[in-house]
Amino acid sequence: MSDAHDTHSPQGGEIVPTGPIADPGLPDHQWRPTDVDPAKEKRAERQVAILFGLSAVSTVAFLVAYFTFDIGDNWDVIGGFGASTMALGLTLGLALLFIGVGVIHWARKLMADHEISELRHPARSSDDDREVAVQALTDGINESGIGRRPLIRNSLLGAVGLLGLPAIVMLRDLGPLPGKKLYHTIWGSGTKQAPMRIVRDGIWTPILASDLEIGDLVNCQPDALHNPERYGIDPSEVEGVNLQIHKSKASLILLRMNPGDIKPGKAADGSSRANWTVDGIVAYSKICTHVGCPISLNERTTHHLLCPCHQSTFDLADSGRVVFGPAGRPLPQLAISVDDEGYLVAQHDFDEPVGPSFWERDYYER
Amino acid sequence: MSVDVSKVATTNGSTPATTKGAQRAGAIANWADERLGLGSAMKKNIRKVFPDHWSFMLGEIALWSFVVLLLTGVFLTLWFDPSMTEIQYNGSYDPLRGVHMSSAMASTLDISFDVRGGLLMRQMHHWAAMIFIASMMIHMLRVYLTGAFRKPREVNWIIGCLLLLLGTIEGFTGYSLPDDLLSGTGVRAADGFMKATPVVGTYMSFFLFGGEFPGDAIIPRFYAMHILLIPGLLLALIAAHMLLLVYHKHTQWPGPGRTEQNVVGYPMLPVYAAKAGGFFFIVFGVTALMGGLFSINNVWKLGPYDPSKVTAGSQPDWYMGWPDGLLRIIPPWETHLWGITISWNVMLPILVMPPLMLMILMALPFIESWLTGDKREHHLLQRPRNAPTRTAIMVALMTFYGLSWAAGGNDIIAIKLHLSINQITYFMRGAVFIGPVIAFIITRRWCISLQRHDEGKLLHGFESGVLVRSPEGGYAEKHLPLPEGQAYTLTARDDDPVPETPEQIEASGATGRDLRARKLRARLATLFFADNVQKPTAEEIHEAQHHAEHELHELESQIAAGPNRHGPADH
Ligand code: HEM
Ligand code: FES
Repeated sequence: MSDAHDTHSPQGGEIVPTGPIADPGLPDHQWRPTDVDPAKEKRAERQVAILFGLSAVSTVAFLVAYFTFDIGDNWDVIGGFGASTMALGLTLGLALLFIGVGVIHWARKLMADHEISELRHPARSSDDDREVAVQALTDGINESGIGRRPLIRNSLLGAVGLLGLPAIVMLRDLGPLPGKKLYHTIWGSGTKQAPMRIVRDGIWTPILASDLEIGDLVNCQPDALHNPERYGIDPSEVEGVNLQIHKSKASLILLRMNPGDIKPGKAADGSSRANWTVDGIVAYSKICTHVGCPISLNERTTHHLLCPCHQSTFDLADSGRVVFGPAGRPLPQLAISVDDEGYLVAQHDFDEPVGPSFWERDYYER
Repeated sequence: MSVDVSKVATTNGSTPATTKGAQRAGAIANWADERLGLGSAMKKNIRKVFPDHWSFMLGEIALWSFVVLLLTGVFLTLWFDPSMTEIQYNGSYDPLRGVHMSSAMASTLDISFDVRGGLLMRQMHHWAAMIFIASMMIHMLRVYLTGAFRKPREVNWIIGCLLLLLGTIEGFTGYSLPDDLLSGTGVRAADGFMKATPVVGTYMSFFLFGGEFPGDAIIPRFYAMHILLIPGLLLALIAAHMLLLVYHKHTQWPGPGRTEQNVVGYPMLPVYAAKAGGFFFIVFGVTALMGGLFSINNVWKLGPYDPSKVTAGSQPDWYMGWPDGLLRIIPPWETHLWGITISWNVMLPILVMPPLMLMILMALPFIESWLTGDKREHHLLQRPRNAPTRTAIMVALMTFYGLSWAAGGNDIIAIKLHLSINQITYFMRGAVFIGPVIAFIITRRWCISLQRHDEGKLLHGFESGVLVRSPEGGYAEKHLPLPEGQAYTLTARDDDPVPETPEQIEASGATGRDLRARKLRARLATLFFADNVQKPTAEEIHEAQHHAEHELHELESQIAAGPNRHGPADH
């Protein structure tokens, strides 16, 4: 039995699912105990009032808690939540819940529960209404004369369209153009007399090659972030926002491994990276080439470094090659050597941008 | 004292309103109506009928948790300082005292430790955000699986999809505000996503961050979006959503007396208003309990954002988890050509998949109505089993979502199950493609077998649980016919349309594109409805009833006559 399937009646609503069983119609209304038994009705009434009363009690308890419990350092008095937070949440929650439950109880037990039925109307307006609307629209348009005066219409469209430009242009000063900023880090700010020292992140002490045992991994920063004058850099260049910007590109990882394990790759200019390391110490950017998390997890036995964000894994013995995960490029390597005092320094800046890939950047085979 | 607004509306404005009998409420209503004409608008809506069903509550949870977000959010704005200026923290939280951090982070700590109830509000705000998004998603599933998205409600479906999108963005911007280590890591990833955009990526990043990442502009900019722009849009869309709901009137489940032409339920005033209003207090109360009892986003544990630090197991809020999962399992695809880089490994999971998923969601009603040719209005809901292919499509999408989301926890799964991350990743790469297909097939067959089960109940009655033994010693279960109301409800559904046959299309004289489109449509529609069980005809039901009565009669007379007289009545 296929239903009358009428694709030409957009009004809809007029087609009832014509079933094999006739609609028995709405069932008769059932009286509730509270409708017929005055004792039950009274009891429900009392229950609702008690619920509202409990809410009021909770609110008072909230106020008491607010003024009695200290916050501040007490944050982990009770199970790590803090007595104040916990008491306030509990009392506020109960105050609200009692009202909610009370109102719903009232609705279910005591308010009239006759279901009523309302007719639906199709969403579509009636044909008459449509006709009048279309007529009004046509009249309006005709009276404006916009159809008869293409000169006015087109010049208006052009003028309004052009107004979109200020809206776009005015966003220009949201930020500077990228320029070559992503290609440089502060590692390149060392000089012949003062090559950029590699210092421990946080304690800012320079590092002797002999400080590291095989397998040691050290998080580092350029000395200039702590000691700008030494490199002729204005201190304001490495404060506040600027510090964060520098750190987000210059963060570095040192790892010492057996010199024999290192497979030197090629640099951007095609030369070998053989002299980029010091006694088996390699230096790599800490910023993942995937989307830029700082890399942190070291697998001691394999020289593999794992990014905690999406598990890209880089082989630091093999020019930072990606051995696993979504990153599409090797970790940039920093060429290092030692200065006259024997401290580890950068030879020059990274020879490629650090951090996530972007459209206009190049790539080279290691 | 109730106000008779329909009377108020007829009061003529030329005579001053009389408030004899000191009916203050009446006087106020009259005052308002003479200026606002509320009477005629209200007379229709005060007793508007809303049908009742537990599943209609899901959207309400979303609505009320949004209200909770507005209330708690406004409270937070009173202390939160959206500035990235570096200051030294000097508040009550001992372990971080003396540490340099942004004002945003410091004020978040102040809200947590120096404003009474501040931590409660922060936690309520965060919990409410999760409830908001989760309930929107489940509400959307309900709407889809019951066919409530069909004409005339497609526009509301689209508004719903946009709400889900905006809610997610709102959640992300809010999550970023405290400028702690976790949120900063999330923003850094967002910077990476932007940079992966072809051609304009670095420009977008520099414009959004006001220079190089992280800069000092991003928190104030996110703040403006979080408390003004997006809430404004959300509010407008929610208002439109509700207005359309009132205009269309709510859908209802079929049942005795409930048809396509009517809507049966309780009037807005008093029952629906009381239930919905009471429910607001319940959602609010539950959020307060959660905010008080369950800690969330303890920003002080990890400290302020530092671009050189990260924690193991960095994860975004759960609703951002599924693209993050795809981002984890995608192979390292990058194209390097003529000195440029195309990062498929970031673009596909982040810039392509989420918008694509949203577009698929928005298109679902239109695809279905094109394919079935159904252009009628529908106000009766369908059980998911009665639209097997539709249900299976959603379950396939849910499976894809779930697997991608699970991939976002691959490190956690690896630790918990003692597997290697590599194994899980390889497994997931296959699973996100195969899983949805398997889910589709199973769901479809499952729906159809449920339809058969319904048909069986209609034709042969339900299993009464009473066993009868025939004189020959065989046992049979006595089936009783369904009560009339239930039987009617089961049959109160449309038969599936019969797709056009190729011959019909040819005969209609269609040509070219039209011809091909109609043939494709007919083929897809055939697949869409294939194997569905249609409701039995009146004759079939009658026949089956007759048969059953006869059988029962026979059985009973046999029992009565036979040696074993323990009929069902003796039990
Ligand atoms: C759909 C709506 C909203 C969602 C999903 C949402 C989500 C969030 C989230 C997840 C946070 C982080 C909370 C945390 O610190 O753990 C947050 C913070 C915040 N939100 Fe909202 N929010 C919404 C609406 C609003 C509104 C309407 C306002 C204000 C008018 C607001 C004001 C704030 C403020 C000031 C913060 C920072 C305070 C802090 O983190 O301690 N939010 N939001
Ligand atoms: S950011 Fe390192 S793997 Fe994604």
